[in-house]
Amino acid sequence: MVNTKVSLCGKVLENPVIPASGTFGYGAEFAKIYDINCLGTFSFKGTTREPRFGNPTPRIAETEGGMLNAVGLQNPGIDHVLAHELPEMQAYFHKPVMANVSGFSVEEYVEVCRKLDDCPQVGWLEINISCPNVHGGGMSFGTDPEQAALVTSKIRHVTKKPLIVKLSPNVTDIAAIAKACEDAGADGISLINTLLGMRIDLRRRAPLLANRTGGLSGPAVFPVALRMVWQVYEAVKIPIVGMGGVQSAEDVIEMMLAGATAVEVGAANLVNPFACRDIVNALPTAMQKYGIQDLNEIIGGAH
Amino acid sequence: MRQGIFEIQSNRALTASVYEMKLRGDTSAFTAPGQFVQIQLPGLFLRRPISVCDVEGDVLTLVYKAVGKGTEAMAELAPGAELDLLTGLGNGFDLSKATSSPLIISGGVGVAPLYNLAKRLLGPKNHVTAILGFNTASEVFYEEEFRALGIDVRVTTVDGSYGVQGFATDALPEAYSCVYACGPAPMLKAVYAATSTSGQYSFEERMGCGFGACMGCTIQTKAGPKRVCADGPVFQREEIAW
Repeated sequence: MVNTKVSLCGKVLENPVIPASGTFGYGAEFAKIYDINCLGTFSFKGTTREPRFGNPTPRIAETEGGMLNAVGLQNPGIDHVLAHELPEMQAYFHKPVMANVSGFSVEEYVEVCRKLDDCPQVGWLEINISCPNVHGGGMSFGTDPEQAALVTSKIRHVTKKPLIVKLSPNVTDIAAIAKACEDAGADGISLINTLLGMRIDLRRRAPLLANRTGGLSGPAVFPVALRMVWQVYEAVKIPIVGMGGVQSAEDVIEMMLAGATAVEVGAANLVNPFACRDIVNALPTAMQKYGIQDLNEIIGGAH
Repeated sequence: MRQGIFEIQSNRALTASVYEMKLRGDTSAFTAPGQFVQIQLPGLFLRRPISVCDVEGDVLTLVYKAVGKGTEAMAELAPGAELDLLTGLGNGFDLSKATSSPLIISGGVGVAPLYNLAKRLLGPKNHVTAILGFNTASEVFYEEEFRALGIDVRVTTVDGSYGVQGFATDALPEAYSCVYACGPAPMLKAVYAATSTSGQYSFEERMGCGFGACMGCTIQTKAGPKRVCADGPVFQREEIAW
């Protein structure tokens, strides 16, 4: 028997597989087709203080080996999530969930996190300082080490829950931002959010997405994500949640060898709704193939 | 929603750019006309959403227009090829709301999901009218299939090269009790404006997942944001924010 259990910021995950925020809603659509309790946990849809409609459509575009999205943080707002989505989730998910939080000001992040701190269902806070699809917030916190540290430290004061900061790849030195978050009190780092991209509609001679630009995800970004996980592993001591184009158990192992303690799976869920279940099921066989008895042995194992 | 492998039985051109594909597989997830499938195509990352034209036993009929990489790739596929489909997606037309003289009205390839609907609306007490709107004579398809149902069929072309000249809304019957519409957004808006009965309108959007997870196809409605894939694609007239 191989061991797939890992510990993420002091909480045990049965396996390191975590559906990424924005590709799994609040879990309900997937719970209808398989028992999502087989997952390590999942990161729910990025939640803000106010309800948000998000961007106009088209919000999605195909790319070679991936996709662009510019959803723009559509979500029902934290109060609705606390009153509806989280209570309803109890019917189909019985593990601590990862709460993904977005904001447009330090105060907004703090207020949402303070509300989630009281919620026993939430195991981890994943702070999105890296959304490329909203204007005047989000990513601006994730592109400057001082801003990233500021928002991290302010949230740190209002929560005892494990605090994972989700970083943008759209920066010059991601390791410096990760280090700034660690120094400001983060318990973990997750990366990467999507890479800023664009497509143009040849017929209309105009950007395909209504938002003009969007975030690139899918297998095309895997090597970039892997490289950044590697760099961040060299810069910080806190655990890393790696993500970006992961599609298979082999990709999970590769991310862990680069330095990830757990691995999020995003775009793959949209193409194959069973992707995360399939990866969980394939993991023991893949581990045996590569002579891995315990996943904990391989975290950062390629360094 | 169900995932399954389907084998292509036939794939033929109906016009220069519209094709009809018949596939054999597990169709049990199909519960209402107006639902769609998500098709995985070789070499493409995202699945492609295509509305279901008809289901008979284990044979699924799709009618699609080749307009981009995905649908162009579909047009190249030969009988015998296997495709991975997600089926039973979306909320289709609500047949329980149908009244005695339903009007079916389509624009272009919007005909597709209305064919199975028309079949299901047939009944001794129902008088069904179908208006099929096209741009020009060479783009007309499925007229015979609709006529074979024994319903009142009217074809319009914008350039007058076939049937009634004008838009689909230019051939409205004097009396009808409810509307079922599918077509491009300007056509749906025109139907909405030209009619006042209860109505069900099938929307189209670029989609990511097709089953409600990614929020890629959300539109604003009178009842708040709705996902075209999972809350639609069919919306009731009173929900639509026009």
